[in-house]
Amino acid sequence: MKNLRLIIAREYLERVKTKSFIISTILMPILMLAMMFVLALVIVLAEPENKVIAVVDYSQQISPSLKGDGELQFEVVNPVVPLDSVKRDDQYDAILVIGSDIVENPNNIQLYTHTASSMATEQAITRQIEKRIESIRIDSYNIENLEQILKAVQANVSLSTYRLDQAEEKETSSMLAYLIGLAFTMMLYMFILIYGQMVMTSIIEEKNNRVLEIVVSSVKPYTLMMGKIMGVGLVAVTQILIWGIVMAALSFWGVPMVTSMVKASGEMDLISILNQLSDVGYILSLLGYAILFLIGGYLLYSSFFAAIGSAVDNVQDASQLTSIAMIPIFIGLIIGLTVSTDPNSSMAFWTSMIPLTSPLIMMERIPFGIPAWQIWVSLVVLYASFIAMIWVCAKIYRVGIFMYGKKPSMAELVRWARYK
Amino acid sequence: MDNILIAENIVKDFTGHRALDNVSITVPQGKVYGLLGPNGAGKTTLIRIINHITAPDSGTVTFDGHPLTQEDVVHIGYLPEERGLYKKMRVGEQALFFAQLKGLSRKEAEGQLKEWFDRFEISSWWGKKVEELSKGMAQKVQFIVTVLHRPKLLIFDEPFSGFDPINAELLKNEILRLKDEGATVIFSTHNMPSVEEICDNITLINNSRNILTGNVDTLRTQYSHNKALVNYTGSFDALKAALENTCSYVTDKGSNGKGVLQAEIKLKDDDARRPAIAAANEAVELISFAPKIMSMSEIFIKAVEASNEAMPPSFNDK
Repeated sequence: MKNLRLIIAREYLERVKTKSFIISTILMPILMLAMMFVLALVIVLAEPENKVIAVVDYSQQISPSLKGDGELQFEVVNPVVPLDSVKRDDQYDAILVIGSDIVENPNNIQLYTHTASSMATEQAITRQIEKRIESIRIDSYNIENLEQILKAVQANVSLSTYRLDQAEEKETSSMLAYLIGLAFTMMLYMFILIYGQMVMTSIIEEKNNRVLEIVVSSVKPYTLMMGKIMGVGLVAVTQILIWGIVMAALSFWGVPMVTSMVKASGEMDLISILNQLSDVGYILSLLGYAILFLIGGYLLYSSFFAAIGSAVDNVQDASQLTSIAMIPIFIGLIIGLTVSTDPNSSMAFWTSMIPLTSPLIMMERIPFGIPAWQIWVSLVVLYASFIAMIWVCAKIYRVGIFMYGKKPSMAELVRWARYK
Repeated sequence: MDNILIAENIVKDFTGHRALDNVSITVPQGKVYGLLGPNGAGKTTLIRIINHITAPDSGTVTFDGHPLTQEDVVHIGYLPEERGLYKKMRVGEQALFFAQLKGLSRKEAEGQLKEWFDRFEISSWWGKKVEELSKGMAQKVQFIVTVLHRPKLLIFDEPFSGFDPINAELLKNEILRLKDEGATVIFSTHNMPSVEEICDNITLINNSRNILTGNVDTLRTQYSHNKALVNYTGSFDALKAALENTCSYVTDKGSNGKGVLQAEIKLKDDDARRPAIAAANEAVELISFAPKIMSMSEIFIKAVEASNEAMPPSFNDK
């Protein structure tokens, strides 16, 4: 036990002390925040382009109502002026040509530009013209106050969903559940792959360094393997906890702040999403499950990666064997992405019970709210299969670490596992 | 306890290959025991079994009077032939890590390491990363790590490879000092002169079998097969005639330039020595009569060749 502790401590400290760990742990949340901030900034501060558009209106009905804003300026040109000379005129960024039968035939309208036109410009122009045509058409019916009546009839629906099967009636948004699940699934996928392969490369390195034989003359190979898996796993948990604290802090302070800002703008959808995000308990419970599934998934995969690492001499030789390990993770990711359409389908259920795919798919399902027994059964199966996996892999490892020079096949690994 | 380690009838099979076939060795307490053999003979496998790294398929290992267990490894220090350290780790930290794995407390380890680092005059390396050290420097650190916990049994696999003659000498003296302090050493090498110098007993393994075991001095005399070198002045023919009854051959080895002649003879048996000396003494002016001592190199080659003839290597592979 003391030796296991020593190995774990060495593996852990050697990694958390590296610059790359410190940088990635601190920088990652900062980078994410910075990216979101920059994105928001770009949207808010996007400089108006200030375009001057010449309007050649053969119908004479539309141009009087065209209103310029900060971005667009309309300049009405007398239709008598030849179109070609307007087109050649440099002071216009674009020329809008409106056909004489525009009210009856709304397609008879063209925009000529010198450069590629932006979607925003096109939308702004069409929206204004649509409105104008609509009001001309309404007027043609000669019904008093028709415009006001139509406005009164218009309804804007914003759906709020509440779950009845939960203790508290909470506002939920399946879009948000999908996004949160997606974020956790991606995170687990990355962590299992990155940290699982870290175990593998570190074993290969020990083997190439020949330091391995010295270590196993003091501790059992099994202890060394377990110590390495656990030490590296602790690094992953450390990183997640740091990120989790940042996330919890954000949902505690950051989200309410944004909410109050958004409330002013009256966007109902956004408010309900933000309400859910500011629920610290919800975020923490998700994080708790994420860590449990992460540890289980990591342990399961890393023991396999450890066996592979012990069997080969270099990372290149490992690629064939690692692909065997990566296929189930990848399948898990793909299914995880589609599970959201029906989180309670039988495929979603079974793949979230099978240990190789369960961590990823469970994390996609949990935000939708599934019965707790499913989560716990899945966890028990996951951890039980880890114990079975480590038992087999330790046997492969014990033989593999002394094998040099030969690239083993899967069949050979199986044979090693059967050695006494 | 007379024998610190007894390995009996060790058998170890790998896929399609028997690495050790009924090998037994008995290592007396406080001696240096040479484990010799050509590459691939099975030495490393045997050493790993003694180190409790791998288990034999059959056979027993007795350490210090009881069956070898994982707990015994703290009394063993092992320097593998292929050795290495964690490259990114600092020298001092790394030495402490290995010392603690061998059961020392951090404090004990620190004290003893300081002592060793001073003796080897490498104290300034403490905070350096291993990757900054030269190969020879790393080897010194490795040696210290191996012996730091004062093991009862030390196992050195080619300890001198990678050392310059000065450091090799330093290392040899340290090994002999450890022996004087009561440690037992198992020494595996291809360097036969060093075997003659420091080993008390040897076992020679070839093709997974123990083909020769014994005391180094006894073996060297035995393997000379009653050959002797005679220095004399006088006539070679007279010497040859005088030794006709007692020797199977007498060869002229020429003169040393100062009038002293030399001949190599082979006695017919052990009892022939005294009559032979008497007869030679009559025939020529005898200066010396010295039983020839074989070098370990010659013994190694002879024994391995003889064993290969009796049992070609291919027989061994299943």
